[in-house]
Amino acid sequence: MGRVVIDVMPKPEILDPQGKAVVGALPRLGFTGFTGVRQGKRFELEVEGEVTDEVLAEARKAAETLLSNPVIEDVVSVRAADGAAGAGA
Amino acid sequence: MRIGVVTFPGSLDDGDARRAVRLAGGEPVALWHADADLHGVDAVVLPGGFSYGDYLRCGAIARFSPVMSEVIAGAQRGLPVLGICNGFQVLCESHLLPGALVRNDHQKFVCKDQRLRVESASTLWTSAFEAGQEIVVPLKNGEGGFVADEDTLDRLEGEGRVVFRYLGGNPNGSLRDIAGIANERGNVVGLMPHPEHAVEVGYGPGTDGLELFTSVIASALVSAVGA
Repeated sequence: MGRVVIDVMPKPEILDPQGKAVVGALPRLGFTGFTGVRQGKRFELEVEGEVTDEVLAEARKAAETLLSNPVIEDVVSVRAADGAAGAGA
Repeated sequence: MRIGVVTFPGSLDDGDARRAVRLAGGEPVALWHADADLHGVDAVVLPGGFSYGDYLRCGAIARFSPVMSEVIAGAQRGLPVLGICNGFQVLCESHLLPGALVRNDHQKFVCKDQRLRVESASTLWTSAFEAGQEIVVPLKNGEGGFVADEDTLDRLEGEGRVVFRYLGGNPNGSLRDIAGIANERGNVVGLMPHPEHAVEVGYGPGTDGLELFTSVIASALVSAVGA
């Protein structure tokens, strides 16, 4: 079984209140070296068999149709998962 | 006039929307997200709530529900469609309206009576108002920040498609204080505040919200007389 990994991030010009909340919490735990956080989404799509170019093209289409909203988000990566099929990240 | 109100899994304000239709003199028709047709209604309201749990993005999954294919096709033919709060998010996800709604800039849920200015009285849902009129209706959302790129915002302003604007301070970070917009034709309107919660004296801040529903009913009568 193959797996496609898709990363979606808020567009740079869109305010990311979740990332802002996280960057505010980090120094309270002593992590003082991080000046910014942006929070995105990772999707893992499973397929029967190999992740072929056709599968990746289909996954990219799904990413642009449903998994992201082009007004506020960018699909930054669509790729076959590394390592053995079904293995953990 | 028969006005359909869609119930998605997770809709909250469908009951109040049907009640608002009734108080305005219309006949409310309950529509279900899995319906394959609109049961011949003359207009559609997409109500507030958290359709499909707001999973993925607010309105993103509702947009692909069976009933929405018919709503989108109808809207493109001129069917009056009103999206309130989550319904506004569904309309943006459907690309019937431009832009998107993102988490409030201050990260808190807002629930208050909100002053608005009616910027346009030339939509099917606002014809009973005077342009420039101030109204008060409840506002309650966590993801109500309206965003769009500068060109889109300029176009909305230039074409008179900003329908409602927040007054007395921006409650959620919406660009240019925009609370509601319309499509080019003026049959599709979306807004974050809740007119259906301000339709009866003693319940809510007043009855300003009723005018959206009387507007669309009056528009239908005018076009029936004209036909």
